[in-house]
Amino acid sequence: MTLLQTRNLTRHYGGVRAVNDVSFALERGEIRGVIGPNGAGKTTLVGMICGRVLPSAGSVQFDGADITRMQPWNRVARGIVYTFQITSVFKRLTCRDNVALAAQRHLTRTRGHRFALPQAMLDAAVDAALAAVGLTVEAERIAGELPYGHQRLLEIAMGLALKPSLLILDEPTQGLAPGDIVPFCDLIRKTAESTTILFIEHNLKVVLELADKVTVMDRGAILAEGTPAEIEQHPAVQQAYLGD
Amino acid sequence: MTGSATRVYALHLAVIVALFVIQFALPAYHYGNVTRIMLYAVFAIGYNILLGYTGLLSLGHALFFAAGAYGAGLTAHWWGFGPIAALSAGIGAALLVSLITGAIVYRTTGVAFLIVTLMLAQAAFLSTLYFNTITLGDQGIVLSLPPIALFGASLPLADPMVKYNVALVAFALALLLSLWLLRSPFGRVLIAVRENEARTRLLGYNTALYRFTALVISGTLSGLSGALYCLLFGYVGSSFASLQYSTLPLLWTLLGGSGVTLGPPLGAAITHYLIDISSSLTSSYMILVGVALVAITLWFPQGLAGWFRRWKRA
Repeated sequence: MTLLQTRNLTRHYGGVRAVNDVSFALERGEIRGVIGPNGAGKTTLVGMICGRVLPSAGSVQFDGADITRMQPWNRVARGIVYTFQITSVFKRLTCRDNVALAAQRHLTRTRGHRFALPQAMLDAAVDAALAAVGLTVEAERIAGELPYGHQRLLEIAMGLALKPSLLILDEPTQGLAPGDIVPFCDLIRKTAESTTILFIEHNLKVVLELADKVTVMDRGAILAEGTPAEIEQHPAVQQAYLGD
Repeated sequence: MTGSATRVYALHLAVIVALFVIQFALPAYHYGNVTRIMLYAVFAIGYNILLGYTGLLSLGHALFFAAGAYGAGLTAHWWGFGPIAALSAGIGAALLVSLITGAIVYRTTGVAFLIVTLMLAQAAFLSTLYFNTITLGDQGIVLSLPPIALFGASLPLADPMVKYNVALVAFALALLLSLWLLRSPFGRVLIAVRENEARTRLLGYNTALYRFTALVISGTLSGLSGALYCLLFGYVGSSFASLQYSTLPLLWTLLGGSGVTLGPPLGAAITHYLIDISSSLTSSYMILVGVALVAITLWFPQGLAGWFRRWKRA
């Protein structure tokens, strides 16, 4: 069943076509990796899906509705959650407050309580999200003081607390220590049990291991799409990544 | 944020109780000063919701202060409104002006916000002069109001004790309201807007709407201060809409500490006494105020309350 469908999606900046006529579909429950060289249009593409960037042409359908011109905050309400390429947590707030911002958004929308959300309800949601990424002990720490890898995990916790139906991760393993990558992949796999995941990634090994299906982009267009095994064998990918 | 909630409320309640108790010990001169300071503190608290918590620097808050003052003063003067009705009219006027201003400025932040608010406030100031058949311009309106009739008691507004306690009630309400608001989910979003608006938007918040709401609350509280100032001191004139009343709350907030609930009231108190003392020494007392401001921004950039909070933690 299709969760997300873009049709002829295009975005140009002046004369540069960052994304050109991309039609792309995502099935509910899958983990989709997007790879491609710098400037291939990956971030612009997901930007149009989450509403950070408006398309010059084309459309985006999500969960049966046209969201092409919808405001980003309304897309979050529909379940599209984006985590930033460059970690963008609230550095001066505690981890708990960071996650609470996400959790209360979901809770106030689904349960009301805009001004007086029961503290216990909020705490439970925050604790659950922090526990899911293994940051329980850091809850009261100021986010900006965490090591980079933990800030990335905090981003994921914020994403999870929003209870997304589509979680978009922009280069999630960038800047992670090699030892953190395996637990991170486990986390993503666990998350995928309850949500669809679309992630941009430079680390080909991570993509091939994690994704159900891979989309290869180059110069604003989709070059290839298929299972990790198919993509690994694809001549263009071999050329790009293996330097053939 | 959770564990210390009781302590934070206790501290704020202690301040309110202390202000209630000292009225029995204050000499008459300071009695009047503290009354004024508490009214200014309401203004400061309103201003801080915008600057301290939402991160929007307004240079036009005289607009809201004056809307409250004129809303109360004009209805009392021309239509014979009693104190309670005039106060309600003042709050209503400030709310209305806040809504209109919010609708105009809600797409702007940063310098653009500062300029637009400044411009609107100056336009309002000039209007109070232009429509001087109604406002009596810079000469202003002197009110003589009937006493407040409350639960069978008659409270004359000229009585310093009535003034003091009305101001105290307003201060207590504003302080507790702002504290509760800023510790609520809504307040957490305002802080998030201040810290990183783009991120907040992608957490699913319509941040412009939050900025708008913060402005309306801030403007209405400022108007409450203006309305009470007019009613308790029986006067409203163009000076209430002048630039001075836009820069004062900024000064109070920076001095006392933005983003700390008790900071701006503290700033209002210090500024008031600073002006009071320095004006008895020299006629160019603003020089001393200026020096104090420079010193504080150099050595206490977090304001006094911010510095104190940091020092207590260390």
